[in-house]
Amino acid sequence: MDALTHDQHAHPRPGLYLKVALVLFVLTALEVLAFEAGRGGLGAGLRPVIEPIVVELLIVLSAAKFVLVAMFYMHLKQDPKLLANLFVMPLLIAAVIIAALIILFQYWRTVGAK
Amino acid sequence: MSHDAAHAIEHPTATGINSRKVAIWTLIGSECLFFASLISTYLVYKGKSLVGPLPHTESQCMLHGKLQTCEKIFEIPLVTTGTAVLLFSSFFIVLALYGAQRGNRKMLVGWLGMTVLAGMFFVGMQVYEFQHFYHKGMGYGTNLFSSTFFTLTGFHGSHVTVGVIWLATLLVLAIRGKIPPEKSLNLEIAALYWHFVDVVWIVIFPTVYLMR
Amino acid sequence: MATSVLDHAPAAPAEQTGIWSWITTVDHKRIGILYGTTAFIFFLLGGIEALIMRLQLMKPDNTLVSAEAFNSLFTMHGTTMIFLGVMPLSAMFFNYFIPLHIGARDVAFPRLNAFSYWVFLLGGLFINFSFLLNAAPNAGWFGYANLTENTYSPGLNTDFWVLGLQILGIASMAAAINFFVTIVNLRAPGMKMLRMPMFVWMSFITQILLLLAFPVITVALVFLMMDRHFGSHFFLPEGGGDPVLWQHLFWIFGHPEVYILILPAFGIVSEVLPVFSRKPLFGYTAMVFSGAFIAFLGFGVWSHHMFATGMGPFADSFFAISTMLIAVPTGVKIFNWIGTLWGGSLQFKTPLYFAVGMVAMFIIGGLSGVMHASPPADLQQTDTYFVVAHFHYVLFGGAIFGLTAGAYYWFPKMFGRMLSEGLGKLHFWLMFIGFNVTFFPMHFLGLNGMPRRVYTYPAGLNFEFWNQVQTWGSLLLGFSFLIFLVNLFKTLRKPMDAPADPWRGATLEWLIPSPPQEFNFAEVPPVNSSTPAWDLRRANGGQLAEPRRVSGAGIHLPRPSIWPAVTALGVLGVIGSILFTHAFSHWYFITLSGVAILFYGVYRWAFEPPF
Repeated sequence: MDALTHDQHAHPRPGLYLKVALVLFVLTALEVLAFEAGRGGLGAGLRPVIEPIVVELLIVLSAAKFVLVAMFYMHLKQDPKLLANLFVMPLLIAAVIIAALIILFQYWRTVGAK
Repeated sequence: MSHDAAHAIEHPTATGINSRKVAIWTLIGSECLFFASLISTYLVYKGKSLVGPLPHTESQCMLHGKLQTCEKIFEIPLVTTGTAVLLFSSFFIVLALYGAQRGNRKMLVGWLGMTVLAGMFFVGMQVYEFQHFYHKGMGYGTNLFSSTFFTLTGFHGSHVTVGVIWLATLLVLAIRGKIPPEKSLNLEIAALYWHFVDVVWIVIFPTVYLMR
Repeated sequence: MATSVLDHAPAAPAEQTGIWSWITTVDHKRIGILYGTTAFIFFLLGGIEALIMRLQLMKPDNTLVSAEAFNSLFTMHGTTMIFLGVMPLSAMFFNYFIPLHIGARDVAFPRLNAFSYWVFLLGGLFINFSFLLNAAPNAGWFGYANLTENTYSPGLNTDFWVLGLQILGIASMAAAINFFVTIVNLRAPGMKMLRMPMFVWMSFITQILLLLAFPVITVALVFLMMDRHFGSHFFLPEGGGDPVLWQHLFWIFGHPEVYILILPAFGIVSEVLPVFSRKPLFGYTAMVFSGAFIAFLGFGVWSHHMFATGMGPFADSFFAISTMLIAVPTGVKIFNWIGTLWGGSLQFKTPLYFAVGMVAMFIIGGLSGVMHASPPADLQQTDTYFVVAHFHYVLFGGAIFGLTAGAYYWFPKMFGRMLSEGLGKLHFWLMFIGFNVTFFPMHFLGLNGMPRRVYTYPAGLNFEFWNQVQTWGSLLLGFSFLIFLVNLFKTLRKPMDAPADPWRGATLEWLIPSPPQEFNFAEVPPVNSSTPAWDLRRANGGQLAEPRRVSGAGIHLPRPSIWPAVTALGVLGVIGSILFTHAFSHWYFITLSGVAILFYGVYRWAFEPPF
């Protein structure tokens, strides 16, 4: 028995998947635009607005793509919560480790530096 | 829809979810930590290279034994194309699975074939990119950027390659009619792995290529 | 136990015998025995390595072994005991008893299970093969960079270590996925998560730790391998790299690893104490949550292994606090074990001795651990014998005593015979006394300044007396294992006459014959609590009929397969090929051969029908 059986009526149709694909494409284009505007390339007029928040913008855009793929393509929206947890818990630990290492190494590099 | 007929020989499970599906998610969870360690190292060493080439800026490189100016190494349009192709491949495989679950062999074979092609394109793009970098003087051990870059994207690329081989095998089976709706779980499992590989790239692409 | 003629009814058609049947087995019980036997041999090897070190350290300025040999001894002793001893001994119990405890016929992926064992065996042989080339790993079980880089470790020693651990890591990961899915998915009806035996809970948490921690060390080992063979500078300052990054990555793995080492033993003690107190485990839910909390927090303490690297006061304080916090759920467990014993009807059998010994020794080890948690105190203690004392109290006093309790407890079920109580108690007392005589004085030596990992010491520093005492203690400790071996061999020659339930156990394994038939349960018994065997006993007026062996016809079992073993050989080929990068220029042909074997094994495995 698998998770397919419970949502025969609610199963997303190809049209929805296509919409997700197009949104992903647009988000990617926005990411590249943010990068370009931030460095004074394409869309350089927006540079003063974008450059200070480039990193945050990229994080938000990529997080949106991540969530879309996970929820729709990987079916987590319809599937039992256990599967989402199997993904989210390690992601949280991973995020903590990434953050901890960045902090430790920034601090480490300044400690003792005169 | 004959999803129910699917698992006549499989044993009922305590969660109602097929064991192989739980297993692939478990593997995915574990792989998050693997890529997190690689990404952490990339970020920790960002900006700390002693010599060039560098991703977004000009620098001094050791070329032919002399320190010379070298330009930034990334070709964003190329990688963006590869990124878009990989993203669409996730869409293609979802359609392939949709076809498999409904017994639509044409849909299954067609979209699965597209997925495999897209995956091969991505790997091809990376191989081309790596070669290009090598010819511009960036070997594996040239500097911290090169080592962390090649290790991170190399492992991602090898995951994609494994995925392509897996999907190509399933494609052959699909063409021979060996993936009826009852066996669509086999494709679903591979698709989950494939989406994960895509999701990792969703993180790598901005982190490596778009953050200066 | 009353016997009846039915007890001697013919068993179901026995599993095949002979070496081929063992190489192709996918039966979790056989795989458990393979793990246990192999692990026990490696454990004895690690013990011999320790004894040689103790003999060397018996006198000042001793010349029994050279400094270089001593480096290999402490490196291999640590690596062997952790990766080839404690972990696979725990795996023996995971394999044998997790399916039985949850009422399953086997694990979720029997061939993957076999694969894990073969990879473990090949990894253990690989890393020990280095001795034959006089190139045994010699840079510590934790392989600190940049000592492990080419400049300071030019030979094959570190390569054997790096590659061996990668191979072993694959075994652990495969097994962890398997047991995780098994516990989540194969529980019998009625076996809710909060009714599982505590051994299963602790094992479950251990699998989660394995899945999350091993990828990190895999990355660290890859970086080190790249530095050594492919020209990178991940940990080399001359290339901009930072040796401290190794320590971070290693200990992000390493700290969860110590919980991986101890939680199964905690689980075993939580099985043994209730049975031998004839009382339910005190505070079952608290035990579950404290175990989960320890595991989760265990990811936030790693830099307490790095207090001497100058991370700065913020980092030091953070990790000091998180480390001290972990003492809380651990304390909950200790109190609950005592609460289980309290007021119980104690059955003074060997398993109880080892279980109580474990609790007592772990308390001592935990106390020295809390002392380490304070960075200023740790600056004195780190790299001294004080730390050696601490981790031997928690790892030997904790994990080994716990695993030994499990061995005595479960031996009758696994091998159908009762071990001698007399020899068992003798083993306990000799081991207990030998252990404490060996390791307690290390606290004193450490605080008096004796460093770790030194092959000798000069006379006149007041180190002589305790070192001598410790060596005598270690010999007694070694001797106690001989008693165990005698007990084992004597018992294995007896006929298989152990009852199904010699101890009046609470959990499902005691309801089937000793040893179990291949299919485990003819029918899974009802499960309405965490003590289903006690429930049945109570429902039958305090008695349990001896279960009969039945024919097992019509029960579908997974068929044996050679492909896990073949795939394991492929893994060895791929990873082991890196040994040859300096030896000859076309070394990658070995890698490609390994890949070919790997692919062939995987394809045959994938296309083989499992039934």
